[in-house]
Amino acid sequence: MEIVMAVVIGILFMSATYLMLSKSILRIIIGTGLLSHGAHLLILTMGGLKRGSVPLLGESAGPYVDPLPQALILTAIVISFGVTSLFLVVAYRTYQELGTDNMDKLRGKESNE
Amino acid sequence: MKTNDIILQTVAKVASLVIILFSIYIFFGGHYSPGGGFVGGLLASGAIVLLLLAYDLKTVANMLPVDYKLVVAAGLLISSATVSGALFFDAPLMTHAYQYFELPLLGHTSLHTAVLFDLGVYLVVIGITMTIIQTIGESE
Amino acid sequence: MEFREVEYMSSLHWAILSPFFIACFIPLVYKQFHRVHTGWFVLFLPIVLFIYFTGFIHEVGDGRHLSASLGWIPSLGINFDVYADGLSLLFSLLITGIGALVILYSIYYLDKDKEKLHTFYVYLLLFMGSMLGLVLSDNLIVLYMFWEFTSLSSFLLIGYWYHRERSRYGAQKSLLITVLGGLSMLGGFVLLSFMGDTYSIRELMGQTGELATDPLFTASLLLILLGAFTKSAQFPFHIWLPDAMEAPTPVSAYLHSATMVKAGIYLVARLSPVFAESSLWFWLIASAGILTLVWGSYSAVKQTDLKAILAYSTISQLGMIMSLLGAGAAALHYESMDKNIYMAATVAAVFHLINHATFKGSLFMAAGIVDHETGTRDIRKLGGLMNFMPITFTITIIGAFSMAGLPPFNGFLSKEMFFTSMVRVTEMEIFNMETWGVLFPVLAWVGSIFTFVYSMIIVLKTFTGKFKPEKLEKKPHEAPLGMLIPPVILASLVIIFGFFPNLLASTVIEPAVAAIQPGLSQKQFQIHISHWHGFTIELYMTLGVILLGSLLYITWDKWKCVYHIIPGRLSLNRMYDALLAGMERGSIGVTKLFMTGYIRTYLVYIFLFFIVSLGITLWREDAFAFDVGNTAPVRLYEVIISVIIATSAIVILFAKSRLTSIIILGAIGYMVSLFFVLFRAPDLALTQLVIETISVALFLLCFYHLPKLSSRKEERVAFRLNNALISIGVGVIVALIALSSHSNKLFESISNYYIENAYEEAGGKNIVNVILVDFRGLDTMFEITVLGIAALGIFALIKLRLARGTLKDENE
Repeated sequence: MEIVMAVVIGILFMSATYLMLSKSILRIIIGTGLLSHGAHLLILTMGGLKRGSVPLLGESAGPYVDPLPQALILTAIVISFGVTSLFLVVAYRTYQELGTDNMDKLRGKESNE
Repeated sequence: MKTNDIILQTVAKVASLVIILFSIYIFFGGHYSPGGGFVGGLLASGAIVLLLLAYDLKTVANMLPVDYKLVVAAGLLISSATVSGALFFDAPLMTHAYQYFELPLLGHTSLHTAVLFDLGVYLVVIGITMTIIQTIGESE
Repeated sequence: MEFREVEYMSSLHWAILSPFFIACFIPLVYKQFHRVHTGWFVLFLPIVLFIYFTGFIHEVGDGRHLSASLGWIPSLGINFDVYADGLSLLFSLLITGIGALVILYSIYYLDKDKEKLHTFYVYLLLFMGSMLGLVLSDNLIVLYMFWEFTSLSSFLLIGYWYHRERSRYGAQKSLLITVLGGLSMLGGFVLLSFMGDTYSIRELMGQTGELATDPLFTASLLLILLGAFTKSAQFPFHIWLPDAMEAPTPVSAYLHSATMVKAGIYLVARLSPVFAESSLWFWLIASAGILTLVWGSYSAVKQTDLKAILAYSTISQLGMIMSLLGAGAAALHYESMDKNIYMAATVAAVFHLINHATFKGSLFMAAGIVDHETGTRDIRKLGGLMNFMPITFTITIIGAFSMAGLPPFNGFLSKEMFFTSMVRVTEMEIFNMETWGVLFPVLAWVGSIFTFVYSMIIVLKTFTGKFKPEKLEKKPHEAPLGMLIPPVILASLVIIFGFFPNLLASTVIEPAVAAIQPGLSQKQFQIHISHWHGFTIELYMTLGVILLGSLLYITWDKWKCVYHIIPGRLSLNRMYDALLAGMERGSIGVTKLFMTGYIRTYLVYIFLFFIVSLGITLWREDAFAFDVGNTAPVRLYEVIISVIIATSAIVILFAKSRLTSIIILGAIGYMVSLFFVLFRAPDLALTQLVIETISVALFLLCFYHLPKLSSRKEERVAFRLNNALISIGVGVIVALIALSSHSNKLFESISNYYIENAYEEAGGKNIVNVILVDFRGLDTMFEITVLGIAALGIFALIKLRLARGTLKDENE
């Protein structure tokens, strides 16, 4: 299963990277969303898959799966939600102010240096 | 939004109440079964989002006249107060205490300061989700 | 490293910190009592502190010292340790004493209606506190911290009139040069602490012999001296001081003549016991000092601005003190001699330090009065002011004659002692002085001649000669009484110390000298300063200075062309400007090379770095030895979910409409939450499910208004190919990491601790939740803080625009 997961994670990262390198701001945001999915699965896979039962004490005799990656991912999910929504609003406001979502046109001016 | 969403609106009213109740259940159960502040808070805000879908922003704002920024602040305050409260008992930051009590109606219950901390998380999550959605919605 | 107990705040700590506390209230006082000059409220502090420090004179004079310790970062050996011996006390008295006079003077100098007094006094107090901290702290790191604070407050004070371009230039220049030195000094301190295994100066002094043999010794010596030389404006780092004269005159008198620029001298004196064994120490300090003396006095003569003359004269006097300290270092090599003649150099250094503070302070204040009452400091416009400002004239005469080394003022005494020391340098039998020693008295003499000339220029060009009222902005008249009191006090001190030098000798100078040269116990020497030594070589030197100096002053018009020998573009200032401009151009060029302004470029850097660094690491660590056994079994629905995710991830690349991409992203999210269910993570599954729902709603809400996805026809084939290559690289690397981490477990997981203790310690059964709210609760705490900030950011992004929009409407 870990090998299958490795391939899935690889594909998720690949298409996330491709999306983030494109010019449209929406595609970049979707890319970051994919990237966080990939990262979550990566953390989970690193901890080992299905090596025990659900980490609830008393529900079964154990051994339990590693609870630490799960705690990390839970934090990461919520943070990535915050980041994504901030990105979304930045994109939305950028479009309202400047009328474009093309990253090439959003480049900083020379005089701003 | 069209106005003839009666079925949606009726269902949303009932469903959101149920969801919020469920979120409270899942929040309190967090220490023993899957759940906790994050999921609870997200579920509760999901319920409000459902209401938003069924009605419009103003109606929902009338139904629940809450300033969600204050909810965020209150949540952060509760959490940080719980975290630093341990200092007053000469314990390191973040030390929790718990005890088992026999309460009327509930029976054998564990009371835990971690619940207070989680309550902060719950409120912050509701607060930020709704702040985000409300501000975006208002700007249109 | 030694660990000290955390102790109480001693009165010395309070004395150091009190200016900082008072500074907090200055803006409030300024607002509340606007009609009274803020300076009056500040004035009491240095007076109280001065009296407080005077109380220690007796105790310290007996060879005792005060010390107290306060824990700051004890684990690193950094503690707020204060230590007051003779040297620290001398400086503390100077800082508070001159500080009180300067504040009194500033009350009349700065107009309370036109100037932003609160910022001025806040900066001044900041300086006073940090300077006190500098001279009283025993810990090198604390000393460094206060050192940089003085640089910073000096920067703020020079730039006080920040609307003037010269002020900004001067402030920046002083900051760049002194902070450059400060940083190198920090490096030296760290090296020193490596060698001695302590940051305490007193403990370092105890291990002088061992330190000198350490290979890092020379490096640390050079770095620390760079700091001292930049701060004390030694050649060739002196160029910042003349530009610092853009500061208000009280500041110039205080920081840039009496106290801050002497921090370098303090440091050299303080660390003399540690470094003086080295011949390099002697050579560098003595020669830098004497060069600075000659160059500073030579340059002072050609200046036309009164304050510029004083600035260069300060530079040259600092050089003189520095060279004396260098010569005094030789005393350590003659411990067996009955009466150590090189000791006298240190005595002269300390004595001149005090004298310089008195006469230069009074001269600066007099120059400030001239500026204030006539509107100019240009000596070409000034002249004949003697009749209008008799008191200022008297003060200037006293100050300038003392500076020139004329009897009966205190400058004469220390100048004589200086000549004595320089002549004795030639008699040294160490450091190759037999060949080069003779240069020292010659250069000292040449420098003194120029000192005489510019002292005369200050007095005679300003106050005698033809009165030129048409060139002055104001009608000259004598300054108000309050403005005259501080320079009059200083000028009287010049006379008093001139006639009764032994007032200082046993009270202040002896303990200070004992602190610089601790090897010689206090009982061994008695300092006695006298006017008449008989017809010695020093007396002839002084007579020569007066004769030649007068001659040069009279024939000034005939020889002033020598200043054109060195072309302007070779001057140090031009070199500094060129260097700065070159560095700016260079850094802009380098930045432009890789900072293109396109987010894509930066992402490409990140991803390429990711691929290369991780690829190399994996290869070097031989992490490709995959272990394909011991994997979890694969079930059918897991395969189905995997296929769905993989296909969706690829399909999303070709999605034409934004709705499709959002829905596909949501689908992937739901599939991931199914994975969480299968992989025994119910909490994650729940959270992911709800958050995906809300995210999709959010996406739809935002992109309801956004345009269609940019037409991807603009993207050329090469562009897409590049992106594809990079992204395939990233994907492959990540997949390899996933495989490798599965096959190579480098260490045991720490999770067992959580599993075992979740119920006993935290009373919970859901281990994930227990970790979140209890074991790693601080993470969660910060996480919700971050979320709160994100929500505030979003709120601000949208609402601030509305506010501006309404503003626009109002304007229309």
